[in-house]
Amino acid sequence: MKADRVERGNREEKLPALKLTLVQYGILLLMLVLVAGLWRLQVLGADSWKVLAEQNRIRKVPILAPRGKLFDREGRLLVDNYPSVSCFLVREQGHPVDTDLPLIARGLDLDLDQLRATLRRYRGAAAYQPIPIKQDITPDEQAFIAAHRNELPELETIDEERRLYPRDGFAAHVIGYVGEVSEDMLNDPRYAYYEPGDVVGRAGVEQSYDEVLRGEDGSMDVIVDSHGREVGRAGIQPAVPGHDLKLTLDIDIQRAAEEALGAANGAIIAMDPRTGEILAMVSHPSFDPNAFAVRIGRAEWNALITDPNHPLMNKAIQDQLAPGSTFKIIMSVAGLEQGIAENLKVNCAGGGTFYGHFFHCDHHHGLLSIHEAIPESCDTYFYQLASMLGIDTIARYAHELGIGVKTGIDLPNEMAGVMPSTEWKMKNYHEKWYAGEVISVGIGQGAVAVTPIQLLRALSGVASDGHLVRPHLVNADQVSADFERALLDTYPGSGARDVPLRPDTWMTITDGMAGTTQPGLYHTAEGAHLTGIDFAGKTGTAQVVGGGDTHNRGGAKTPNAWFVGMAPRRNPEIAVVVLQEHGDWGSGSAKLAAQVITAYVNKQRRLANNLVLSQANPGAAAPAAGNGQQPGRTVTGQAGNGRAGQAANRPAVSAGAGRKGDAVEMAAIWAGPADRGPASDGPAAAGQPPVAAERMGVGGFRIALDGSGQVVPIASHSETESRLAGLLAMTAHPLAGSGGSR
Amino acid sequence: MQKALGYRDFDWPLLGMVLVLCVLSVFEIYSATMHTKYIGFHIKQMYWIGGGLVLMFALARLDYHRLLDFAYWAYGVCLLSLVAVRLVGTRVMGARRWIRLGPIHFQPSEWVKLVLIVLMAHYFANLGCKRLTWQDIFKAIGLVGLPMLLVVTQPDLGTALTYFPILVAGLFLGGIHWRQALLLVTVAVVMVVGVWSSGKVIKPYQKARLTSFLNPDADPRGTGYHLRQSLIAVGSGGIWGQGAEKGTQTQGDFLPIPHADFIFAAFSEEHGFVGAFLVLLLYFAILMRLIQNAQTAADISGSLLVMGVVAVLTFQIMVNIGMVIGFMPVTGIPLPLLSYGGSSVMFTFLALGVVMNVRMRRFVN
Repeated sequence: MKADRVERGNREEKLPALKLTLVQYGILLLMLVLVAGLWRLQVLGADSWKVLAEQNRIRKVPILAPRGKLFDREGRLLVDNYPSVSCFLVREQGHPVDTDLPLIARGLDLDLDQLRATLRRYRGAAAYQPIPIKQDITPDEQAFIAAHRNELPELETIDEERRLYPRDGFAAHVIGYVGEVSEDMLNDPRYAYYEPGDVVGRAGVEQSYDEVLRGEDGSMDVIVDSHGREVGRAGIQPAVPGHDLKLTLDIDIQRAAEEALGAANGAIIAMDPRTGEILAMVSHPSFDPNAFAVRIGRAEWNALITDPNHPLMNKAIQDQLAPGSTFKIIMSVAGLEQGIAENLKVNCAGGGTFYGHFFHCDHHHGLLSIHEAIPESCDTYFYQLASMLGIDTIARYAHELGIGVKTGIDLPNEMAGVMPSTEWKMKNYHEKWYAGEVISVGIGQGAVAVTPIQLLRALSGVASDGHLVRPHLVNADQVSADFERALLDTYPGSGARDVPLRPDTWMTITDGMAGTTQPGLYHTAEGAHLTGIDFAGKTGTAQVVGGGDTHNRGGAKTPNAWFVGMAPRRNPEIAVVVLQEHGDWGSGSAKLAAQVITAYVNKQRRLANNLVLSQANPGAAAPAAGNGQQPGRTVTGQAGNGRAGQAANRPAVSAGAGRKGDAVEMAAIWAGPADRGPASDGPAAAGQPPVAAERMGVGGFRIALDGSGQVVPIASHSETESRLAGLLAMTAHPLAGSGGSR
Repeated sequence: MQKALGYRDFDWPLLGMVLVLCVLSVFEIYSATMHTKYIGFHIKQMYWIGGGLVLMFALARLDYHRLLDFAYWAYGVCLLSLVAVRLVGTRVMGARRWIRLGPIHFQPSEWVKLVLIVLMAHYFANLGCKRLTWQDIFKAIGLVGLPMLLVVTQPDLGTALTYFPILVAGLFLGGIHWRQALLLVTVAVVMVVGVWSSGKVIKPYQKARLTSFLNPDADPRGTGYHLRQSLIAVGSGGIWGQGAEKGTQTQGDFLPIPHADFIFAAFSEEHGFVGAFLVLLLYFAILMRLIQNAQTAADISGSLLVMGVVAVLTFQIMVNIGMVIGFMPVTGIPLPLLSYGGSSVMFTFLALGVVMNVRMRRFVN
């Protein structure tokens, strides 16, 4: 030890100072390198790193805007929303998703292959964009997601409002449905607003008024940790809810129309020909839009699109069929305006020979003028008229009245129909028109094809002295002027216009149509006669191609049955078209129209006479306001009936319970996922104490009638009514008191 | 000889700077762990620091020449403990690094550093720091290489690498000729390349970790993840930092092990360039002070002891901070005095105890 120490403890020996200095400078150099590195990151690159740090910790969670609700013309709820939870997959986690898929599929009850396919579809999308993997998940599935937060941090749930549609396909074609935006739509600049996975209106008003209904999604900045767990919230951009829309539809009339059409395939439309407001629009068979509110299953979808009766087709605006004898009204207009028909007398011997062929008529009508030809629907008369007019004259008048042209109704996918002419035939078939072909056109057969809405607009327009309207489901005051303009551009058509008619043309045709429903020999709709209502119309029994005179109701070769009816006969306030595909005789359709007209008239009478909520009671106005009628947008004149009618329908509901009152009323038409939706609120509102009611004292306008079935206005407020009143003064006996046929 | 000793010659300024770092360490550990499962570790760190101070003062009293005398014995014990850890060690995350003695988890590889510092000082002091023969050089390499090999195969590459600067410092200060050094470097490079490409000694995950720093964005979710998160943390700190307990990377648990290996990233995020620069300045001052102590040491063995400590600390600071700012691969090397960890704190204070020991005896014959 001692020796060691001597050897080691040589105090003269020191480490060379140069080496230590070298070490010092070496360390200084290295330190400077580190400082330079810090400078680069923290001073020069700070901003970009801060952005990355924000991206790390902030996750944008969308807040989905609830779509606007739909109400009927009286503010009764038609389409509601219900709260729902959807599951999304977020890929930004750095968490390998693929291996989790089997667990996710099991927990959420999804098909694994379908889940993989969904993910594949989003492969090209931005990584931050959540992938919707299941909508409207059950509480059990929510619990699954919550319980697997750590293993499956990529699963994210989002609260959203989901559509609740009336059940049993009530008004389904008008309302339409919503669904996920398709890839085709995303490529369309009109849908630039949308991103994959967004919900968009895919049919009906949901589609045509999508921009109004959809609102603006918001977003929430959620602060997350590295496991994706929420640790706080940074900011919120609230969603702007979509605007509610009041349709022109009247639930009462719609219900009557639904019931009238029943199981038959076809369509019924009820319209106010004074304004073009659609009161009811039914197309059967229908479908359940609720099936689309959550993503529709493949099997269900296939069943819908392969159904030979085309449940997804809105037959009211898309069915293009021969109008049959209803076309005789167009013929009459042409004939009378040309000065031919008024003095034309034809002897019907069960048909007639034209251009070397014998054309049948249903009966031996004998000698008749236009006054008999319309109610008796004599084919021979109109064969003769057609041959005298020629196809191009007929086509000119038909076009004037909107046959073969879209009406411009505010619904997607309206069809135009066909009105043949020489020009049309040359253009489409490169053939000349054979004069003999005009004969079948004269009775609405041949190449003529119309949609129910077209026919309704044309015939009710004639009955309104040539005042043709643009049928619509939403009044312009419900939307912005810009939107209305865009809407008209998107759904072009013949629109609203006045066709000048000679007074005797108008009188002759309307009287002829009124005769149709009056008892009388060969009158085609006498079975649909309505005592006490001035009910006019025209039947149509349109043979189908190859069908001939087959009368096997519902069979594929059976004629399509038409009826266009209106009340009162001149300047009607309601017009109804009924189409029964293969429904055989138009006389049967007339009875369905009569049911709808009756429902309408009864309602107007009820409104005019029943107890209503006191207008003086301030609380009484609340239900109306609460039901979506916007204050300041009060409708005046006879349209005020709508408001009063709403009150009249449920006088026993207190002001405060206005909404729930609706629920009670609407429970009948609503579908609802079990135990969900406003329907379940219903019973709570029942049995509310009635509020003060008084007799309705305002003018409005009541329907009264005299023995000859004339409609009597008690007081009139609008220009149309003034016209009506003036007209009625010539032909009708005013009746004092309130119509008593209840 | 012992009588002449007093704490008057103790290096109080050095201790002061060290304690400043310790305080920063405790605060940053508190901030970085407050939302993690490591919450409360700053208290534990205070215990470690307290224990370290006690050990440091104790070691300072024991004449370092006595330490040198025990160098070979201690070396033998170290080798035994490294073999023991392979046999009975606790397996943590696939590596046997720890020996459990009652409640204390003991990581022998940390202590080997200290023993190697003493051994190298002893070895080269005995050689007199004159021209080294190849035999001297290979003997030194063998002495350091054996424990390195045992630690590398634990596997704990990071700690094993910290032995290397001890050898380099010893050879450099011990008198290696620059021609010998050149040759050694050449041979070393060839060997490293050989080992790397053979793929047997270094496991693939270690390789990936070592190379991912070159391009952390290539696989931001995989091997580059830690580095990327660290860069985001440091970078988003900016000049003034986001404020204590406000670093989003640290608090959001994005930064891996923010209280230990990546504590400098956490500190930089919360205190910015200014804070990080001051810490670097402190380290620089400490290292300069240590080198000054080496210059004033009473004999060459004292100088070599201190320079061994300098070598290890410098290496750890450079590698750790270099890793945090993306200049170095991710190795599990803690930052002395700042990182949480009992073994690391104990080693640092024991090493400082050795330095104090040498300084206190600088005027002693």
